[in-house]
Amino acid sequence: MNLRRDVFQAIADPTRRAILMLVASQALTAGAIAARFDTARPTVSRHLQILTECELLTQQQSGREIYYHLNPQKMKEIAEFIEPFRQMWEERFDKLERVMKNYKSNKQ
Amino acid sequence: MERKTKLHAEPGRQELVITREFDLPVSLLFKAYEEAGLVEQWMGTRVVKLDCRKHGSYLFETADPKGNKHLFSGTIHEFVPGQKITRTFEMEGTPFDVQLEFLEFESLGDDASKLTMHVVYRSAAIRDQLLQMPFEWGINMAHDRLQQIMTN
Repeated sequence: MNLRRDVFQAIADPTRRAILMLVASQALTAGAIAARFDTARPTVSRHLQILTECELLTQQQSGREIYYHLNPQKMKEIAEFIEPFRQMWEERFDKLERVMKNYKSNKQ
Repeated sequence: MERKTKLHAEPGRQELVITREFDLPVSLLFKAYEEAGLVEQWMGTRVVKLDCRKHGSYLFETADPKGNKHLFSGTIHEFVPGQKITRTFEMEGTPFDVQLEFLEFESLGDDASKLTMHVVYRSAAIRDQLLQMPFEWGINMAHDRLQQIMTN
């Protein structure tokens, strides 16, 4: 539960969301990511640390460079997280549809 | 199979949008929100009060399988038949603040309609909490299932 809340907090920040969007298309180094933002380098590093701790990003060593990758599995977990809520509404609306179809045929 | 009910909850925002297309004319879809007897059937709730007009209000009551009662209420700000309902929604006796709901009804043909429900919460944190712990809905669902078992 705590971990999940952390993931939500992680993606609540606009800069961190922008970072996720950026690495979604290709793996990038910290330097390459920082170059895309006006934010100070240590701030970007802190964002990368949070995203890595939440497992939204994974690090991969390539020579002297560390590349950041998006972890699609974790992103999927976030989507699945809201799935019960969506399903609850789906069931409720299915019922509405059934009730109203019934109502209509009774009127005719 | 394509999902009929879509949920858009952008990270970090204090709102969400639920859309649903129905195989019903828009007049019938709207009626499901207007008539107390019908609301009771599909929401699985008891309608204590439903005054559908501007400055009107509503009060719903559900009982969970343990017999505990839960109250849901709100004020109606806009009521345009067949088109729009703007209202507040509050789960009484819970720490969650009141939320604002914009319901828009759209005709997609003789037997097809669309509902867009735009819900605004006090904060992004509250929205996420409700998304993550829809406990009151859970109670409702359990209650719905119990009802289905009883009536079938």
